[in-house]
Amino acid sequence: MPRRTDIRSVLVIGSGPIVIGQACEFDYSGTQACRVLREEGMRVALINSNPATIMTDPEFSDATYIEPITPEYVEKVIAQERPDALLATLGGQTALNVTVALHERGVLERYGVELIGASIAAIHAGEDRQAFKAVCDAIGADYARSTLVRTVAEGVDAAGELGYPLVLRPSFTLGGAGSGFAHDETELRAMVAAGLSASPVHEVLVEESVLGWKEYELEVMRDREDNCVVVCSIENFDPMGVHTGDSITVAPAMTLTDREYQQMRDMAFAVIREVGVETGGSNIQFAVDPASGRQVVIEMNPRVSRSSALASKATGFPIAKIAAKLALGYTLAEIPNDITAETPASFEPSLDYVVVKIPRFAFEKFPGADTTLTTHMKSVGEVMALGRCFTEALQKAVRSLEAKGAELDFASPIGDKAEWLAAAARPHDRRLQAVVQAMRAGASPTELHDATGIDPWFLDQLVLLSEVAAEVRDAPQLDPTRLRWAKRHGFSDVQIAGLRDGVGEDDIRRLRHALGVRPVFKTVDTCAAEFAARTPYHYSSYDEEDEVEASERPKVLILGSGPNRIGQGVEFDYSCVHACYALHDAGYDTVMINCNPETVSTDYDTSDRLYFEPLTCEDVLEVVAAEQRSGEVVGVVVQLGGQTPLGLAQRLKDEGVPIVGTAPEAIHLAEERGAFGRVLAAAGLLAPKHGLARSYDEAAAIAAEIGYPVLVRPSYVLGGRGMEIVYDDDHLRGYIDRATEVSPEHPVLVDRFLDDACEIDVDALYDGSELFLGGVMEHIEEAGIHSGDSACVLPPITLGRADVARIRQATEAIAAGVGVRGLLNVQFALAGDVLYVLEANPRASRTVPFVAKATAVPLAKAAALVMLGASIAELRREGLLPAGDGADLPFDAAICVKEAVLPWNRFTGVDTVLGPEMKSTGEVMGVDAGFGTAFAKSQEAAYGALPTKGRVFVSVANRDKRHLIFPAKRLADLGFEVLATVGTAEVLRRNGVPSSVVRKVSDGRGPDGEPTIVDRITAGEVDLIVNTPFGNSGQRLDGYEIRTAAVIRGIPCLTTVQALGAAVQGIEALRAGDIGVAPLQRHHTGIVSARDGGPVVVLDASGEAEGND
Amino acid sequence: MTESAILVLEDGRTFRGQAYGSRGETFGEAVFTTGMTGYQETLTDPSFHRQVVVQTAPHIGNTGINDEDDESRRVWVAGYVVRDPARVPSSWRAKRSLDDELSANQIVGISGIDTRALTRHLRDRGAMRVGVSSTETDVEALLQRVLASPGMEGTDLAGEVTTAEPYVVKALGDKRFTVAAMDLGIKASTPRYLAARGCEVHVLPSTASAADLLAVNPDGIFFSNGPGDPATADGPVAALAGVLGVKPVFGICFGNQVLGRALGFGTYKLKFGHRGVNQPVQDLATGRVAITSHNHGFAVDAPFDGPVTTPHGRVEVSHVDLNDRVVEGLRCLDVPAFSVQYHPEAAPGPHDAVELFDRFTELMAAG
Ligand SMILES: Nc1ncnc2c1ncn2[C@@H]1O[C@H](COP(=O)(O)OP(=O)(O)O)[C@@H](O)[C@H]1O
Ligand SMILES: Nc1ncnc2c1ncn2[C@@H]1O[C@H](COP(=O)(O)OP(=O)(O)O)[C@@H](O)[C@H]1O
Ligand SMILES: [Mg+2]
Ligand SMILES: [Mg+2]
Repeated sequence: MPRRTDIRSVLVIGSGPIVIGQACEFDYSGTQACRVLREEGMRVALINSNPATIMTDPEFSDATYIEPITPEYVEKVIAQERPDALLATLGGQTALNVTVALHERGVLERYGVELIGASIAAIHAGEDRQAFKAVCDAIGADYARSTLVRTVAEGVDAAGELGYPLVLRPSFTLGGAGSGFAHDETELRAMVAAGLSASPVHEVLVEESVLGWKEYELEVMRDREDNCVVVCSIENFDPMGVHTGDSITVAPAMTLTDREYQQMRDMAFAVIREVGVETGGSNIQFAVDPASGRQVVIEMNPRVSRSSALASKATGFPIAKIAAKLALGYTLAEIPNDITAETPASFEPSLDYVVVKIPRFAFEKFPGADTTLTTHMKSVGEVMALGRCFTEALQKAVRSLEAKGAELDFASPIGDKAEWLAAAARPHDRRLQAVVQAMRAGASPTELHDATGIDPWFLDQLVLLSEVAAEVRDAPQLDPTRLRWAKRHGFSDVQIAGLRDGVGEDDIRRLRHALGVRPVFKTVDTCAAEFAARTPYHYSSYDEEDEVEASERPKVLILGSGPNRIGQGVEFDYSCVHACYALHDAGYDTVMINCNPETVSTDYDTSDRLYFEPLTCEDVLEVVAAEQRSGEVVGVVVQLGGQTPLGLAQRLKDEGVPIVGTAPEAIHLAEERGAFGRVLAAAGLLAPKHGLARSYDEAAAIAAEIGYPVLVRPSYVLGGRGMEIVYDDDHLRGYIDRATEVSPEHPVLVDRFLDDACEIDVDALYDGSELFLGGVMEHIEEAGIHSGDSACVLPPITLGRADVARIRQATEAIAAGVGVRGLLNVQFALAGDVLYVLEANPRASRTVPFVAKATAVPLAKAAALVMLGASIAELRREGLLPAGDGADLPFDAAICVKEAVLPWNRFTGVDTVLGPEMKSTGEVMGVDAGFGTAFAKSQEAAYGALPTKGRVFVSVANRDKRHLIFPAKRLADLGFEVLATVGTAEVLRRNGVPSSVVRKVSDGRGPDGEPTIVDRITAGEVDLIVNTPFGNSGQRLDGYEIRTAAVIRGIPCLTTVQALGAAVQGIEALRAGDIGVAPLQRHHTGIVSARDGGPVVVLDASGEAEGND
Repeated sequence: MTESAILVLEDGRTFRGQAYGSRGETFGEAVFTTGMTGYQETLTDPSFHRQVVVQTAPHIGNTGINDEDDESRRVWVAGYVVRDPARVPSSWRAKRSLDDELSANQIVGISGIDTRALTRHLRDRGAMRVGVSSTETDVEALLQRVLASPGMEGTDLAGEVTTAEPYVVKALGDKRFTVAAMDLGIKASTPRYLAARGCEVHVLPSTASAADLLAVNPDGIFFSNGPGDPATADGPVAALAGVLGVKPVFGICFGNQVLGRALGFGTYKLKFGHRGVNQPVQDLATGRVAITSHNHGFAVDAPFDGPVTTPHGRVEVSHVDLNDRVVEGLRCLDVPAFSVQYHPEAAPGPHDAVELFDRFTELMAAG
C-alpha cells in the first residue's frame, strides 16, 4: 500500500530537556522522523523546548517551535500551524502525555488533527497498567498479579494475597518515582503511605514480585497491513528488579532456546495487536522464571523508546525512521533496507556479533543518594559496544564508560570473599565489578548465581575472563597466540600491562604491533553477511578478516563525546554532528568514532563512515590506522566531543596522529593553570588570585594569603567535579581529605571566591588572526553556581556595549595567546567593575547549540571548517558567517533564555542547592520579545509554570536579605501573600513589605499544633518558594527540609535572589496576558534581514511577527 | 587453548581453529545458516544431511540439549562450524551439553574460526565442498580429499534419511482426517502440527508409490522437506503425479520442488541457498508478508506472470521471497494441491505461516 496522500503537514512533538530516563535517544528518533517526513514532502512543524538537540535545528523542520511542551503551548502551535496530523510516538513519555492531555481537552478534535502512529486508545491500553492487564487477559498472556490500593490497610490486605517481596508503584508519579520493593509489612506500610502521598491520584499499585527472574525485551514493528517483525531481542544481564535502563543488557538474547524465544515473539505480536498500535515500533518487556520457564509480560511501550534507539544501533535497523514511514502509510515490504539496499525492511535482523549496553551513573555528584538500583531509573547515560563474542563486547563496553576503576580488574590483591559476595548481592552501579572480585576471591558460579540471580551462562563468561587473565599473568612471556587470545576476549592493553610486571600500556601496544596482533573491523549489516552491506558501519574485533574498504576522498575523523554524563551530554554530540555535515559538504569523507547509542552521531547515515568504538587511546589509534590503510586521513577533530577527546589529543599526537584545529600544546596552555596564568598575564587579564596546593598546609597558607571564601577543586575536571566553596580552615581540611581521594595524581586548586560577581559565558571562533564572537551569555545566578546549572540570557540584559567590547578584546587576547584554531569557550566574572577570567576551554562548549539557535549562526559548522584551515573572512564571503558577529545582534532581536534542568526528583533526600559543581542533566530554552516572557517560558519548560498569584514563602541567608527587598515587595504588590521565617520577615516588615511569620522546622510545631513551613508546603499551601542556602554551604537542616519538600511537592523553588528577580519579571509578563509562540525560523529571518540592513522583524507579545517573513 | 583443527574449502580457502565435538575428519557441502536460535532443531533436521553447517551466530550451545526439541531421531549435519561454543549450558530444560551431543553422534566440528569471513566467502563464491579435520594437519592433503568428495548436485539423499518402516502419528483429540505423508526427510514438528489439527498421519518411506500412498485411504497427501537434488527425485515425483487431482496435496520445501517437477517445472541450485529464520515471504494473493524459516539450496523455476497451464490444469506461483524474488510457493487452480518452499512447521523459526496447515485441512474438508 503506497503512502497516504491525504496528509500534507505533520506536527512532531519532541521530548524536551534531557532528564534521567529520557535522554538524547529521542533527539536521534525525532531527527530521523523529521528527516523522513520532509523527504516525503510533508510540511513539518516541531515543538521541543530543548535547544541542544539536532532536531531543533532550523534545517530539520519547516517551523521549529522551541517552546514548553505543555498542552497550552502545543495548542498555540497547533492553532498557528493547523497540521493535518500529529506524530507523538517519537518524543518519549513527554510527547505521549501531552498528546493524551490535548485529546482530553478536545484540542485535536477542535483543530481536526489526526493522530498517526498510535491512537489514544492504544496509548491508554499500553500506558495504563490496569488497562494493560485487561489486554493481557484478552490474549491469555501471563503477568505479575497486582491490586490497586488507596489506603495502607488495603495495601496490607493485598500483601496477604500476593506475598512478599512486593513491587509498589505509586500511580502517575514522575518517572516511576516512589516505586520500589517492600520485603516485609513494616517496609510495605512505610512505602505505601509515602506512595499514596506522592501519587497525585493517591493510588499505589501493589504487584507480585518476580525479582530475580530473567528479564527480556523485544523491539517490535507493525505496519498498517498488520505485518509484524521483531527488530531485536535484548536480554538483561541483571535479572528482574533493576530497571532495564539501569541494567547491563545484551543483544541478541543469549539464553533462550528457539521454543521459548518463539513463544515470546508470538506473545509480543499478540500484545501489539491487542493494544492496537496501528503502525510503528513498540517495546515489550518479559520476565522468565529460570526454574520453570514461566513467561510473564511486564509492560509495553506503544512508542519508540530508549531500547529502540539501542536496538537500531545494535542491528542497523533504523526503527524511528521506519516508524515515521509506516505512520505515513507505507508497509514494511515497501521500505528498502538502507544497509543492503536490495532487500526490504520486512525482515528480522540477524546478528553475527554480540552487543552489550552498560549504563553510566553519576552518583558521585549526589552525595547521600542511594546507589542501590531498583525499579526506577538512576543512570544518566549509557554506552554500547559490539564484539564478535560476549567477552569482547563486554570489556569494550566497560572501557567505553570512561569511569575510573570501571575496567574489570584481575590484577589487584584478592579481597574478602564474603564481603565481595555481599557487595555483588546488592544491585548497584559497580555490581559487575563486585561479581568479578568475588569470583577472584573464590566465590563459585553457584554461589554467585544464588547471590545475584545472574544467569550461569553469563557468570561462566566472567570465569572465562579470569582464566584468560590468569594465562596472561602466568605466561613466561607474551607470545602472539596468548596475546591474541587475550585481545579476542576484549582485554585492553592497559589491562594486559596491569597483569604483567614492569610494562605499561605503550609497551604492550608496541609489542602487539611488532607481533602483528591487530584488530580487524567488521560491518554491521543486519543480515549476518547473507547480503553485501552498502553502509560502512564498523566495529573492531580480534578476528581474521577486515572489511574496511578503500576510500577516494580525503578523510577527517571526528571523536565523539562518549556516554552522556552530567557535564558532558547531547550538546557535544550536536557539535560533532554538525562537523560531519559541514565537512562532508566541503568534500571530505567524515569518519565518526563514538560509543553512545543514544546519539545522532552514531546514526549510520550521519557520517560517511561510523566506527562504534570506545574512545580510549588504544581503540582510537587502531581506527586511525585502519583509516590510514584505506585512504588519506587529513586529520582528527578532538575539540567538539568535550573533555573526552580533548584528553586524548596529546597522546594521539605523540603517536603521530595529525590533530586538526587547536594543537595539543595549545590545549595544554588553556587547561594547565600555571601556563594559563602566564597567558592571562601576558594579555594583561586578571584571574581570581589562586594557588596550587598538594597538602592541607599549603592550601591553608594560600587561603590565608588570598582570604576566605575560597573555591577549591582538583585540577583537570569537567563539570566542576569535586569543587567547593570553602569558608574557613576546618571546612578546608575536611575538603582536602576528601578531595585527595577524588584524583590523587592531581593537586588541588585554591581560588579566591568572587562574591556577588556576575558570570558571563562566551563562545567564540578563532582562525589564527581573526575572532568571531559567537555569543555573550549573561548568567542569571551569580558566579559560584556552575555555568552548566545557572540560567543565562542572550543577548545579555544588563551588560553595556563597553562591557561587551572588553569581553571581545579579552576573548581575542586569550584565543591568540593560547593559539586557538576553532572554538573557544571562556567564562568571565564581572565583580564590581573588574573583569576576571574564570577559565577558558579550547573546545566546543555546552552552550554552542544554544548560541547557534539564539544568534542564527551555524557556529559548529563554521568551527569545523576553521579547524581544517578556512578563515573567518572566507566563511563570511561564503555566507556561512554573517558580517559582524554574534555579539552585535539587531536592536530588538528576541531574548533567549537557557535554563538548566536538575534531576532532584530522582535523588530524593539529596539537597537541591546549586553550587560550583555541575548537577544538571539538561537544559531548555525560552524565546520571546522580552526577558520576562522568555524567562517565564524557560521556567515552564523546565519545571512548570510560575504562579501568577497565591502564597510565596521566602527565607534567605543574611547576605541575600538586602537584594530580597525589592522583588519581595513587588510580589506583595502583585497580590501574593508573603510567608517568611522570623529573620527574613523582620527585614521585610521594616522595609514595608507585609508578610506573616511561619515556624521553622527546627522550631517544631507550635503549642496548638501550628504547622511548620514544611507542613504547609506538604499541605500544598505554598505556590512559590525562595530559599537561599545559609552562610557557608553544607546542608543546614531547615533549608534542606524546605527544598526537599518543595521537590516532592513539585513546587517552584528558587535558591538564589537573582533567580527571584528574574521570576518576578516572568510573573509580571505572565500576568500581562496571553503569551504567543513563534518558530525559530522567524526569529532567524528577523536577525538575518536586520543584518542585511533589511526591515527589522519585531516579535510582539503574541509572537506574531511583522516585517518580512 | 585446546586441540587444533582445520577447515579447507574446495577452492583452497583455509581456516584454522580448535577441534569441536567429535575428533576426526568429515566432508560435505559447506552452507551457512543465519538463525540466532534453534541449533538443536537445525542439527536434527534431515535436510542438512551431508552438509557441513556454519552458524553465523557466534555463541552456540548456550542452552545445551534437551529431550523435547529434536526434529528427528539423530543429528544429521555432516560437520559443524561455530565460533564460540558454550562451556556450560544454561536452561531449565537442558539435559546435556551440545559438545557431548556432537561427540555422542560422531559429529566432527571446528570452533574458534572467523565464521563471518567464511560466510562472506560462501555468499560470494557460492556453496561448495568442504573438509573439516582434527586429525590432518596438511592442508594440501585435506584439499585433495575435499576435491575427491561428492557434491550435492545429482545426489539422491531422501533414501538415506527416510524412515525404514511406515509409522503412524495419532491425531490429538478427535480424529478428523487421515493423512499419508511421504517422508523425504520429514521433521517431527510437521506430523505434530497435523496431529494437533485432528489428522492421523501415516508416515511412509520415500520409496512409497502413488498406490502405497492411496492405500492408507487418506483424506490428503503430504510431501515433506528433505535433502538432496530434486532433479533426482523421480520416484516421489511420479508418486505425486499419481495422486494429483485424486486427493488434496500439500508439500513443504523438497515437497514443493517435487510438486513443481510433477507439474512440469524445472528446478535449479541457488548460489548459496536460503538458510535461516528471518526470510520475508509474501503471499501474492493477500500481499501479507510472513517471516519464515528456510532451509533450501534448490528452487523451482516457475514464472510469476499469471497462471501457467499444465497437464494438471492451471498453476500459479503463490509465494515469493522478497529478498531475492525466488519462488516460495505453488498453487494449483484446478486440482486441490499447493506447496511452499519454506517451513510453516518452523522449528526453528517463527510461527507466522502455521495457518498453511489449516489451509491443508480445509482442502481435505472440502475434499
Ligand atoms: N513484578 C516485578 N517484580 C520484580 N521486578 C519488576 C517487576 N515489574 C517490574 N520490575 C522491574 O522494574 C523495572 C521497571 O519496570 P517497568 O514496568 O518496565 O516500568 P518502566 O515503565 O519504568 O520501564 C523493570 O525493568 C524490572 O526490572
Ligand atoms: N573564583 C571564582 N569565584 C566565583 N565563582 C567561581 C570562581 N571560579 C569558578 N567559579 C564558579 O564555578 C563554576 C565552575 O568553575 P569552572 O572553572 O568553570 O569549572 P568547570 O571546568 O567545571 O566549568 C563556574 O561556572 C563559576 O560559577
Ligand atoms: Mg520498562
Ligand atoms: Mg566552566
